[in-house]
Amino acid sequence: MTTKGARPDTVVSFRNASKYYGDVVAARNLDLDVASGEFLSFLGPSGCGKTTSLRLIAGFDQPSEGEVFLQGECVNGVPAYRRPVNMVFQHYALFPHLNIVDNVAYGLKQRSPKPSSKEIGQRVNEVLELVQLGGFDYRRIWEMSGGQQQRVALARALINKPKVLLLDEPLAALDRKLRREMQIELQNLQRNVGITFILVTHDQEEALSMSDRVCIMRDGEIVQIGSPLDLYDRPKNRYVADFVGKSNFFDGAVEHKNKSTIDIKLDGGSTVALKANADSNEHKVGDRVCVSVRPEQVTLARNQEQLPTDCAIKAKAQVMNRIFLGEQIEYLLRDERLGEFLVRSPRQHALSERPFEINESVFVAWSRDTALVLGSE
Amino acid sequence: MNIHRVNQATPGASLGIASVTSWRGKLRAVFLRSEAIRGYTLLSPTLVVMMFGMCAPFAIMVAVSFWTQHAFDFDTTFTLGRYQDVIDKPIYMALMLRSLAISGACTVVTVLLAYPMAYYVAFHVHRHKLIWIILMTLPFWTSYLLRVFAWKVILGFNGVINSGLKGLGLIEQPLEFLLYSPTAVVITLAHAWAAFAILPIYVSLEKIDRSLLEAATDLGDGPVKRFLGVTLPLSLPGIIAATLLIFIPTVGDYVTPALVGGPSGIMLANNIQAQFGKVNDWPMGAALAMAMMITVAVISVVYIWVTRKAAGRIV
Ligand SMILES: Nc1ncnc2c1ncn2[C@@H]1O[C@H](COP(=O)(O)OP(=O)(O)OP(=O)(O)O)[C@@H](O)[C@H]1O
Ligand SMILES: [Mg+2]
Repeated sequence: MTTKGARPDTVVSFRNASKYYGDVVAARNLDLDVASGEFLSFLGPSGCGKTTSLRLIAGFDQPSEGEVFLQGECVNGVPAYRRPVNMVFQHYALFPHLNIVDNVAYGLKQRSPKPSSKEIGQRVNEVLELVQLGGFDYRRIWEMSGGQQQRVALARALINKPKVLLLDEPLAALDRKLRREMQIELQNLQRNVGITFILVTHDQEEALSMSDRVCIMRDGEIVQIGSPLDLYDRPKNRYVADFVGKSNFFDGAVEHKNKSTIDIKLDGGSTVALKANADSNEHKVGDRVCVSVRPEQVTLARNQEQLPTDCAIKAKAQVMNRIFLGEQIEYLLRDERLGEFLVRSPRQHALSERPFEINESVFVAWSRDTALVLGSE
Repeated sequence: MNIHRVNQATPGASLGIASVTSWRGKLRAVFLRSEAIRGYTLLSPTLVVMMFGMCAPFAIMVAVSFWTQHAFDFDTTFTLGRYQDVIDKPIYMALMLRSLAISGACTVVTVLLAYPMAYYVAFHVHRHKLIWIILMTLPFWTSYLLRVFAWKVILGFNGVINSGLKGLGLIEQPLEFLLYSPTAVVITLAHAWAAFAILPIYVSLEKIDRSLLEAATDLGDGPVKRFLGVTLPLSLPGIIAATLLIFIPTVGDYVTPALVGGPSGIMLANNIQAQFGKVNDWPMGAALAMAMMITVAVISVVYIWVTRKAAGRIV
């Protein structure tokens, strides 16, 4: 599976790269290719090795084993200041003794030969415009708001025209609304400048909405890499399904299987009949598996007749709780055999149609090719 | 502050207590309410010491510097004559300049030696930092005089260095410039005050956010450029503090020059001591002390101002 060396069209490649800190495995056997111009995110819980992966690319840390490639060349042992990558730090790391212009110009001034001051001034203005900070020029860092500091940090990293821009949870310190704005801005920026972006985040919404591909990590290892849609619709295992979006999981065992269907007997007693596909074919009769159903894939109805005819399962459940989310309503339902599970249903079209009340009994169903069969790890 | 808030949160309770326990409760309430009163109460021991130990003697000295000495009596008519003497008599100016030069050299030497030590502990020691710091302040565990005498033994004609070099056959005559010279004063003072330089520099280095250093590296700085562009400017407050902490007290030192300075290493403070002692001209001594204090103050202010200005432009 692992090819020696790196493909020429990739900007960043890991080949079996691992990083140990004493006994701690911060990253294990990373194997990854990032294409030029791609927007990739590392997503995972705290301590899973996202920052470590980024630092291996930046050159702050060297891999204990394996190789890191930049533009097809192995950069093991190349110090950070000789690598054509730049980083936006989690807490921005702006130089407090310099004003905005000097902060942004820092990278250019370290070049040899040093560009003329006119050239530097021009570039600084360009990047400040790019991050929409024109006119703030000579302010001190502490006179800037969090969002503005964020932009200065971006400008400072972009001025060197890096081959890869690394962003370590750049938006974590911003409030929700500003974060949303910056996400959109970052995305636009990335399309405009065409630089490869590698973003670290533990906010799945952020990763899914911004990136071309997301790399899910756990305990220092890459669990799955794929487009947001891939990860959401075809998670490799329960961990990914749980991490990307919300999901209900029902444990059970494969009861019966043929070319087109796979029946799973849930531990609660009910049986679900799902459409077989390439992924579910891996499981043999008798295997312990886990059925994953997204809350929005469940259909709710007051009358049984309103449910679709060809369903994987039909049940009657009681509404335990109801949360109003605006465009959707989230219900917590309870069924004797299925246990508790979440359902999200869109607001009805007609205002006169009332949402389900707490304690009301509703009919539940999901279709045969929505639910996923995952290994029960 | 906390207590304050608790009181506000339960106004009924605190009022009840106050009305029951009479004046003590009231006093307590006033005490708790006013931050200023609490502050001054905490400061009061120091304030008393400062008043009697510093301000009063200082005032007396200012007054005396405007008087004239007549044998064993003071003529208390106001005169600027002593200050005139400070400026006119070449010996005083020469001593003043020498004091500034020796103390300046000592400051530079100390800061230059202290910086790498502080840097090492701040950036390259990861465990037991406290032990390292304590070890560096070890010279302070012995008395000042003892340390000066130790240097006398090391630098003397038959001292450790000279006899060592002679033993190795590198020199025939002992190096005379070692002891009883300005060099000896600088060396001794630098050693004596080292901890005062290491500590503030260490603190300022320790405070530097490590991600700033990584940011500089990320932007293309090699180790040297990074030091000049980020570490040095950000440790400037520590350097300024260290410089002043050493320069100000060493300008006025008279023990070290008296013991290891010899005739060429005598400083203004030795003369001031003599004015109050053997020479018995207190007004002259007071005027010299004042002149020195003003000079040091002016130099310090200019120094702070210049370094602050320069800090913004180091990159
Ligand atoms: N310098 C270090 N020394 C020892 N252990 C480290 C060091 N840096 C990271 N680790 C360990 O390596 C693991 C991965 O750390 P890393 O910083 O990459 O996590 P992360 O995914 O960025 O987490 P977070 O979301 O909390 O930032 C953690 O268990 C951490 O404790
Ligand atoms: Mg991290």
